[in-house]
Amino acid sequence: MIRYLGKRIFYMIIALFLIITATFWLMQAVPGGPFTSEKQVPPEIEAALNAHYGLDKPLFEQYVDYLIRVITWDLGPSFKEKASTVNQIIERGFPVSLHLGLQSLAIAIFGGITLGVIAALRHNKWQDYTAMVIAVLGLSVPNFILASFYQYIFSIKLGWFPIAQWEGFEYTVLPSFALAALPLAFIARLTRSNMIEVMSQDYIKTAKAKGLSTFTTTVKHAIRNALLPVITYLGPLSANILTGSFVVERIFGVPGLGREFVMSISNRDYTVIMGTTVFYAILLVVLVLLVDLAYTIVDPRIKLADGGKE
Amino acid sequence: MERILEVNDLHVSFHTYAGEVKAVRGVNFYVNKGEAVAIVGESGCGKSVTAQSLMKLIPMPPGEIKQGEILFQGENIVNKTNKEMEAIRGKDIGMIFQDPMTSLNPTMTVGNQIVEGLVKHQKMSRSAAHSRAIELLEMVGIPQPDKRVDQYPHQFSGGMRQRAMIAIALACSPKLLIADEPTTALDVTIQAQILELMKELQKKMDTSIILITHDLGVVAEVCDRVIVMYAGKVIETGTVDDIFYNPQHPYTKGLLRSVPRLDLNKDEPLTPIFGTPPDLLRPPVGCGFTARCESAMRVCQEIDPELTEVSKTQQTACWLQHPLAKSRIGS
Amino acid sequence: MQLTKEHFEPISMDLREAEDIKRPSLSFWADAWRRLKMNKVAMASLVFLILLGLCAIFVPLISSHDYYTTELTNKNKPPSAEHWFGTDDLGRDMFVRIWHGARISLEVGFAAGLIDLIIGVIWGGIAGFFGGRIDEYMMRFADILYAVPYLLVVILLLVVLQPGVGTIIIALTITGWIGMARIVRGQVLQLKAQEFVLAARSLGADNGRIIFKHLIPNALGPILVTLSLTVPQAIFTESFLSFLGLGVSAPVASWGTMASEGLSALRYYPWRLMFPAIFISVTMLAFNLLGDGIRDAVDPRLRK
Repeated sequence: MIRYLGKRIFYMIIALFLIITATFWLMQAVPGGPFTSEKQVPPEIEAALNAHYGLDKPLFEQYVDYLIRVITWDLGPSFKEKASTVNQIIERGFPVSLHLGLQSLAIAIFGGITLGVIAALRHNKWQDYTAMVIAVLGLSVPNFILASFYQYIFSIKLGWFPIAQWEGFEYTVLPSFALAALPLAFIARLTRSNMIEVMSQDYIKTAKAKGLSTFTTTVKHAIRNALLPVITYLGPLSANILTGSFVVERIFGVPGLGREFVMSISNRDYTVIMGTTVFYAILLVVLVLLVDLAYTIVDPRIKLADGGKE
Repeated sequence: MERILEVNDLHVSFHTYAGEVKAVRGVNFYVNKGEAVAIVGESGCGKSVTAQSLMKLIPMPPGEIKQGEILFQGENIVNKTNKEMEAIRGKDIGMIFQDPMTSLNPTMTVGNQIVEGLVKHQKMSRSAAHSRAIELLEMVGIPQPDKRVDQYPHQFSGGMRQRAMIAIALACSPKLLIADEPTTALDVTIQAQILELMKELQKKMDTSIILITHDLGVVAEVCDRVIVMYAGKVIETGTVDDIFYNPQHPYTKGLLRSVPRLDLNKDEPLTPIFGTPPDLLRPPVGCGFTARCESAMRVCQEIDPELTEVSKTQQTACWLQHPLAKSRIGS
Repeated sequence: MQLTKEHFEPISMDLREAEDIKRPSLSFWADAWRRLKMNKVAMASLVFLILLGLCAIFVPLISSHDYYTTELTNKNKPPSAEHWFGTDDLGRDMFVRIWHGARISLEVGFAAGLIDLIIGVIWGGIAGFFGGRIDEYMMRFADILYAVPYLLVVILLLVVLQPGVGTIIIALTITGWIGMARIVRGQVLQLKAQEFVLAARSLGADNGRIIFKHLIPNALGPILVTLSLTVPQAIFTESFLSFLGLGVSAPVASWGTMASEGLSALRYYPWRLMFPAIFISVTMLAFNLLGDGIRDAVDPRLRK
């Protein structure tokens, strides 16, 4: 277990190191370089930058400096928003994105499991077909299309929800559902196929042979075993919600980190791009690790087996 | 003797994409109190389907009990609802399955899997059921039961898991225990231990046993009576002695010739039964064994023979029992 | 019925109903293709995708409009006989632009799929076949790359490199091949332990022959299933990036850019979003349904 954890953390650190390095050198490869090409930078910031970043130093030294600053979590100033540092932008945008993300994840998990379980219990009946049509649509319609569609129908045509902004619960509904669609569909399909497989297992027959009711058998024996593998996908699904927030926040004008990231890309605000990328990379890599660890804790077979094999 | 179970003219079918598979085609048998009865036959002969029908555990749909009755303690359970069956399953009838590796829930402790039945049927509190589970594990010969009770199935060996399965099946002291190939998936040495345990517990608890198997060695060890099934029908039934020393049906004879025996001539080679059982999607009109039978006659292709008495304890379904056949062979 | 002596005449073995083989035997691939053909949804998707490909090739060639000519007197027109899908804010014909977008989507989808396939099969095949230390190093490298968030790498590359279809394909495949490599490696590891490989080896087959004649054909099922997921994933990612403004640059039309432009005019000219949205969604749907069909057809465990 400890060895496994150590190995995973080691990979994680190498992956993070790679992405930080790649971000740095890629930004250097931008025509003119990220720091020097900015004509609009006022002299006071230019001076501060030069002092702060040591831009006169050789590239390799700059790279080492950058690594050190990332480790001490100083991501530098923004070029376009003169008053803010990258750290401040993240601190401002991330809580909003986190709120939206968690709400979407909750919808996806709850909705997906419900849909999947119903489909499996009503295998090959209309409930199953309906659930699977919803799921395949959820997998096929891209989130930015779905978000635009929601906005057109529920805000512009029906007027049930505000079109954009982020001022209260009703503002969170449409973006949350738009973001939740793909993970929900994915969880529903996975839950369904796992449930169908588990329901044909011998231990379900054992449970029935004990005289347990269909309800108890389903809940205590089938659902639990069917849901375990779903946990392993929560990492990638969270990543999907996170990247989905780039477009959904843009469409609904949500002031989250995703929108900041997209704006920094179109503004070519390189320090923000670098900082946010590094932040996202750390977030995702840690998330995937946490989900995998959670799985080893929940599944008794892995906990005591000699350090989960990949 | 008191009959605990009586099965009359049971027909079970499965509706598949290709049509109706008639898995069980008119089966009759009974089990007395405290008796151990074996149902033998090769795979696909309908023995497991019969056993699972007794608890109405076949998946419906696609399965269906087409006709017949299953009298358990005088009550026909064919018409019972699922709710009524839940009260019988585990309490009056216990069941052990073939593969102990897959028949225990991998994410629930062995103890909890025993406790469930006790809480449901005996209305025990969880803590009382927990200590009862420890007793049961001890009874089925699991060392350190107080420790083992809180472990998961993957921490048990194959033989121990089957012991745990037996503990689950016997938790509420059922009157009938159905064991579906309980030793097939186990090592030979473990097989003997499990059979020994079943025999011992049967005596102790006065439980009737239906043992489903294709292994005649197992039958001789545990059972009083044998039912031989072929292609969804009972083709011969009798006491263990009848079947082993005076088999009548060519299929039973073939089965016996295909297993090694120490009590018979050592020089006689083992002979397999050639061919495969008929496709139960399109069951044959006559006797199902005709195509593989050495002594098949014209009548066998046309009319299915009925069970006829050979002696008080033995019955067989074979045209060779007919006086005309006997006279031809005699002449 | 009266039984007579004749009924009890013995019959010889060969007079009995011969044990005929009940079902004709089919090769695995013929059987998979038969199952796929029976799947109406999958076949409809396949037909749709073939039609989409044909239209993408021919409509821009034979149409009287082209995708880049602007006609400012004729902007934001709803669908009409002249412009079947209407015009955009620069008066360009949406119908031709949609099919031009289809070209880009299919190009990106299939190119990314093909490159992933080639790299993945070679990488995973070598790692799985040779095993040991080679496998260890190759897969460790893949594991590390796999831990790097996919879309972030793609976005970073697109920020830096020249925008264009080629760049998108490079960005999509730079870490995209790892999934395929893992699948192939797993399959090869499993297959090479089986007897038929040993048999081939004992008959003197060399490594190349074993890999290409025995291992890869047998691993083809899972490879095909993975590929059927990669292609729509690539199409989605291209439109996603184009929607964010990172994809192909004007005046080239991609479904993603068209959707992005349509979004800003959603309130007044909804068809400008509707057509690209429908085409992206239905194409993704067709690929997903076809992928499901292929999976069901090649997975013998689901054989009914």
